[in-house]
Amino acid sequence: MTDTRQLAYIAAQAADARVNVELETEGMTLNIGPQHPATHGTLRIIVRLDGERVVAAEPVMGYMHRGYEKLAEVRTYPQVTTLVNRIDWLGSFANEVPFILAAERLMEVEAPPRARWIRTALFELSRIANVVLFLGDMGVQLGAVTPVFFAFRDREFVLNQIEAVTGGRFHPNFDRIGGLKDDLPKGWIEETRSVLGRIRTFCDEMEDLVAGNEIFEARTRNIGVIPADVGLAYGLSGANIRASGVDWDLRRDGDMGLAHGELDWKVWTHPDGDSFARYWVRLQEVREACTIVEQCLDGLPSGPVMAKVPRIIKVPAGEAYVETENPLGVMGYYIVSKGDLVPYRVKIRSASFNNVSITPWLLEGVYVPDVISILASLYFILGDIDR
Amino acid sequence: MGLVENGKLPKPLTALLNVSRKYSLWVYQWGLACCAIEMGAAFASPRYDVMRLGVIPFPASPRQADLVVVSGTVTDKMAPAVKRLYEQMPDPKYVISMGSCANCGGPYWDSYSVTKGVDQIIPVDVYVPGCPPRPEALLEGIVLLQERIRSEDMGERWNGDPIVVS
Amino acid sequence: MDTVDNADETDVEAPAVDSGRDALVATLAATLGDGFVAGEVDPGVDVCVRVTADSWLAAGIALRDHCGMSYFGFLSAIDWLPSPYGRDMDAQVDGPEASDPEPMEWGTTGGETRFQLLARVHDPMSGLGITVKADVPGDRPEVDSWIPAYAGADWHEREAWEMFGISFRGHPNQVHLYLPGAFEGNPLRKDYPLLARRIKPWPGIVDVELMPGSDDEAGDDEAPEESEAGADA
Repeated sequence: MTDTRQLAYIAAQAADARVNVELETEGMTLNIGPQHPATHGTLRIIVRLDGERVVAAEPVMGYMHRGYEKLAEVRTYPQVTTLVNRIDWLGSFANEVPFILAAERLMEVEAPPRARWIRTALFELSRIANVVLFLGDMGVQLGAVTPVFFAFRDREFVLNQIEAVTGGRFHPNFDRIGGLKDDLPKGWIEETRSVLGRIRTFCDEMEDLVAGNEIFEARTRNIGVIPADVGLAYGLSGANIRASGVDWDLRRDGDMGLAHGELDWKVWTHPDGDSFARYWVRLQEVREACTIVEQCLDGLPSGPVMAKVPRIIKVPAGEAYVETENPLGVMGYYIVSKGDLVPYRVKIRSASFNNVSITPWLLEGVYVPDVISILASLYFILGDIDR
Repeated sequence: MGLVENGKLPKPLTALLNVSRKYSLWVYQWGLACCAIEMGAAFASPRYDVMRLGVIPFPASPRQADLVVVSGTVTDKMAPAVKRLYEQMPDPKYVISMGSCANCGGPYWDSYSVTKGVDQIIPVDVYVPGCPPRPEALLEGIVLLQERIRSEDMGERWNGDPIVVS
Repeated sequence: MDTVDNADETDVEAPAVDSGRDALVATLAATLGDGFVAGEVDPGVDVCVRVTADSWLAAGIALRDHCGMSYFGFLSAIDWLPSPYGRDMDAQVDGPEASDPEPMEWGTTGGETRFQLLARVHDPMSGLGITVKADVPGDRPEVDSWIPAYAGADWHEREAWEMFGISFRGHPNQVHLYLPGAFEGNPLRKDYPLLARRIKPWPGIVDVELMPGSDDEAGDDEAPEESEAGADA
């Protein structure tokens, strides 16, 4: 370093220090939530600020704690699926699948191929229904209101398809131990194909409107960077960890018992680990989900949708843990059965709980406006945090 | 507006006031759980478009709202916040309880942490049942509430029974 | 990845050994020495080990450093003391008052005490996951915090403290996570009653829906009480 440059550097440092002394502010505590337009649902965050910079952030949860694990202990297995539907309320069908798979493992029954393929299609449709809203909502958090109208518009079509099969727009409660409640209705496959076309168009629109937007990039690039090792230690999952460059997707690498292994699709990762990467990975995942659903529709095997199971479900004693790659990340159920009508203990490992547990670490040192964009990019559902 | 509160307004004036209140309902979205998304679909999606009913779903704070839609599970931890929100709203104010959880606790009726109905904390004008109710059901609830506002006698505002959408 | 790729095939061929998971248990047993109590491998499916409460933190660090388990799944607990109120399934309004609980029965890898810690970690490279358990006594449940091993254990331990009353030594912020500060009791303990069920009957148990495709001969018109009917059709 030459002398002049060194002098300039020292002068700049001194000027900075002077400004810092002059502008030194008293610390301030800002409460966001529990109900605030900028939070999804009722997450409350208490941030301690020094000027515009966050010194410490402490999320306060429990405003949506409904006690699923205790309630599951007093409900029969078929009744539990009704309940767990409501954990991640945007992609309800996906909540049932790991629970049913864990119970099936304990009972040693296996769903027939057709049921597995329909499950896969619905699983991915619920991913679309879930993540599409994120793609629009992320814009709202940064001040762009239009994308969310697009998201609600196109999400309706997906919900219609889910409703046509299951009878429920939101909470299907369609999965049964040993298969599915019913077969697909007539004409559903063709309709779904056209809906997938709409979703693809929506993805292109979002890519133009949001991901390709200069302001959006400025607000998300290099903001909220999560290194891979930190993400793993906190148990981040789903697109949050894949956006940090970890190539791990249970649909491909795990034993999910769905048809993903027989289909041709790709796991997307991004090396940056910032808010933009998380948005981008989710955008690609919606496209990939469209591909998966389409292949399910093409190769749907024929046959029954229900295996032989007893009329009254009693699950043999044992323990099983099954996790799946849900829209929000890894969701798993640890079921302890004592051979009764009701589970003895159900531990619900929900994705958002782990995903949000990183926020005290992640928000330290960022600016206040970035708090909102980082939280939005982590993408959580309150029911999935608080359970 | 002492006259209004006493219910001593001349009839034509009351009618005029009621019509204008009916078509400028500012509704605060108190979205708590699953129902919040259906409320969002009803209020923010082009398909259901609540604004055609003269309902404006974007007040910046409860202090500017005439109507609050409590949609979703109210937990015991959240209950004080719900009460506070209601107290912040200016009179005349209306409450729609959306969904089974807000109505009576719903699927969490036996939970240790859930309040068994928002009506234990604040008075409710319209109950919209369903888990979650479809957006159309919420719109129906709003229309029924508007009808009540249309023929409302300000003096007897609280004497009516709550509406239950069926 | 070969161990997890296709569970159906491995089930059909029924391999007696699962080298990846067996090696995992062996490594853990060697590292922990006396701290290792039991290990159970379900070939091609899952693996579960039990360690002593004293070597709980050591087990976490060994898993992270020696077994490649860099991914933190969850941490929770199980209460093995059956509820003194029965299962709480049926209408309890006029039901019996609290009685002496049945004797405890433990699940996979056995157990000795009332509480059992339950944690799950993964190796994202190989796709393997492992469940770790540790016995914690019922009268003074206390154990080392896992935060030095996995940063993500923080909130999970707060949850376990709140729900089971298990305290974690060295946890920086052991306060309520979900419930209001004034809440008393540990809801997930089996002896914590659900009060709403004691004042309001619920006929939910009778609603057993007929499964499509299931055989109807199993107890056709029989009231589907929680009898043995159809348990093994």
